[in-house]
Amino acid sequence: MSGHESTYVAKSRFAKFMDDRLPIARMMHGQFVDFPTPRNLNYMWTFGGILMFCLVTQLVTGIVLAMHYVPSAKDAFDSVEAIRRDVNYGWLIRNIHAVGASMFFLAVYLHIFRGLYYGSYKAPREVLWILGVFIYLAMMATAFLGYTLVWGQMSFWGATVITNFFSAIPVVGTKVTEWLWGGYAVTGVTLNRFFALHYLLPFVITGLVVLHIWALHVAGQNNPTGLDVKSKMDTLPMTPYAVMKDIFALAVFVTLFVWFVFFVPDYLGHADNYNEANALVTPPHIVPEWYFLPFYAILRAVPSKLGGVLLMFAAVAILAFVSWLDTSRVRSTKYRPIYRWFFWLFTFTCLALGYLGSKPAEGWYVVWSQIFTAYYFLHFLVVMPVVGLIETPKKLPRSIAESVLGANYGGGAGAMAGATAAPEKR
Amino acid sequence: MTTFLKAGIAAVVLAAGAPVALAAGDGPEIKKSSWNFGGIFGHFDEAQLQRGFLVYKEVCASCHGLKRVNFRNLVQKGGPMFPEESVKELAASWPNKVFDGPNDNGDIADRKGNIIKRPAKLSDPILGPYDNDQQARAAQNGALPPDLSLIARSRNVEYKGTVAYHPLSMARDIATGYQEGGADYIKALMTGYADQPPAYARNKAGQLVEVADKDVKDEKAVERCASISRGDAGAPDVCNKLQDGQYYNKYFPGGQIAMPSPLASPVAYQPNSGATSSIEQNAQDVAAFLSWTADPTLSERKSLGLGVLLYMLVTCVLLYIAKKRTWRAAH
Repeated sequence: MSGHESTYVAKSRFAKFMDDRLPIARMMHGQFVDFPTPRNLNYMWTFGGILMFCLVTQLVTGIVLAMHYVPSAKDAFDSVEAIRRDVNYGWLIRNIHAVGASMFFLAVYLHIFRGLYYGSYKAPREVLWILGVFIYLAMMATAFLGYTLVWGQMSFWGATVITNFFSAIPVVGTKVTEWLWGGYAVTGVTLNRFFALHYLLPFVITGLVVLHIWALHVAGQNNPTGLDVKSKMDTLPMTPYAVMKDIFALAVFVTLFVWFVFFVPDYLGHADNYNEANALVTPPHIVPEWYFLPFYAILRAVPSKLGGVLLMFAAVAILAFVSWLDTSRVRSTKYRPIYRWFFWLFTFTCLALGYLGSKPAEGWYVVWSQIFTAYYFLHFLVVMPVVGLIETPKKLPRSIAESVLGANYGGGAGAMAGATAAPEKR
Repeated sequence: MTTFLKAGIAAVVLAAGAPVALAAGDGPEIKKSSWNFGGIFGHFDEAQLQRGFLVYKEVCASCHGLKRVNFRNLVQKGGPMFPEESVKELAASWPNKVFDGPNDNGDIADRKGNIIKRPAKLSDPILGPYDNDQQARAAQNGALPPDLSLIARSRNVEYKGTVAYHPLSMARDIATGYQEGGADYIKALMTGYADQPPAYARNKAGQLVEVADKDVKDEKAVERCASISRGDAGAPDVCNKLQDGQYYNKYFPGGQIAMPSPLASPVAYQPNSGATSSIEQNAQDVAAFLSWTADPTLSERKSLGLGVLLYMLVTCVLLYIAKKRTWRAAH
């Protein structure tokens, strides 16, 4: 994978046998045990591992749920209720899967904003970043399809609204939408194909994740200073250092997860989805799940339907281009006195759009949605290129090691020498 | 999309046979009650669920079913836990019998044309009085009494405070484990009826201003409105009057509901039931009971959750110490 050579030593006869034929243990050791990680990584770097946990959790609970779920318009809602009531610990598996989707997005948003803050998208990590955007897109599709499967009122009307996006395409829009539906409206036929796709897409995500990790292990991790790794002093072996930190962070994350699963499982959903889908009754407010709200606000900020749909897709697509939109010489926003303010303004904008997305599209809500939508795009198209050119970055530390250990780190601190010697000891 | 939505809305209007005032933002704020199944230590109180079931049986069951709840559930742990024998008798005497056709001859109705039915058993659902939605609507003046199994989970209270306080309110609800919006709504709905809608007087700008009932001297000088549609851009407000066959309830979206006040007089409790009967108490108990039917595993969920939470907190502390020790050598 990367230039890093595994220090794996095959000890047993079986290990030697395997090492000559399929050196998977050698690869895993090189990539996940003695892999050099910057020694200054903070807790924002723990979300990669947390996201891996989320993916596996969704896969495992999802496969179990699929054993009990019935993908038909007549039985879907009843089968979900049967899982909650009659399957042993079905309520638990179902809560983990439903809350898990939200936790997955919570983690992915923190992961994305970490990348944006520390400039993790800049060279040489462009492909790594773009793969991440693809994963995010696939996650959005999977989450939307999964939410439809519940076949409650929000499921049904959400699916109706989202699939109708495609009818905004000029000329062929209606045909495309009918092709997606498998009919002239969202029906059980649509539900059945959504189930098939909802089962398929997580494996596509898994494939993308493998590529994402591969690309990560070629370029190496970014770090809070944004500096490149220059010497052995800058890194520590992934195991036990980064792994121990990841595990602790994961435990904290799981504690939050547990809180939602056991005490407020419905909080992140909408009560109307406990009403069975009914094509004749439109809910008073059709709102998506919280993680789509900013995009929903952008959609509704535009008076024209086609314009709204295009802008909404552009809001995600633009993320793929940040590597080239950002003209800054330094990666980390920590050393960018002007851009830092814009970064937090952008974060606030996303939260504000999320809030506005949950409100009815009327009065001042629309006006504010338009203002924040405008800033959302200005941030990428104007702020990122311009601020990078005019800003003088703060003085950077000389190296990653200096940023955590101080300027005199070379001065023979005993514990230090021992730690950096650790990789060689193996 | 818009045409489809409009078609949908038009369909609702036609189905309901009345103008739709669906804006869920209407109505006064619903107060949070104290529920013994609320919060992280919450669990259902058997006596309360038993009283709530009594209210359901005496009042609600005359129109509403509980199709996702089986009689056997009334015996189970975490529920009302009635003795099995009494539930067997209850099922056998439940007036709404279970469809039992076709019989050996392939008939679904007997010679008189009555559908073949048998008394309920423990494994049967608690059915309402109507065989299907059409029959219910025909009997209820076009309105459909919804099945109540999930009613407490499919309803919620809406935040009515300021925008600035909203994030704090959300954080507080998450931190305190508040998820009893459905129960709060049901209780409010049960006690939110009034004999007539509030009175409004029209000011010079065409706006409707509420007048307290005691200040109404001349009924002709005021308008009685179940809800108000505020006029946009200087247009006068519209008074949505109570429709025929509708009842005023300030907590129901739009202010008018097809269900007459179900607790016009309180349901009497046995002396040993653990509470004194009143309309307020009936409403509280039936809301608790319907919270159980919507979420029968709540007690198990929360007690298991406490164990898991404690386990995770200890794990976090241990892992933090382990992490500190691991990194001590490096920094």
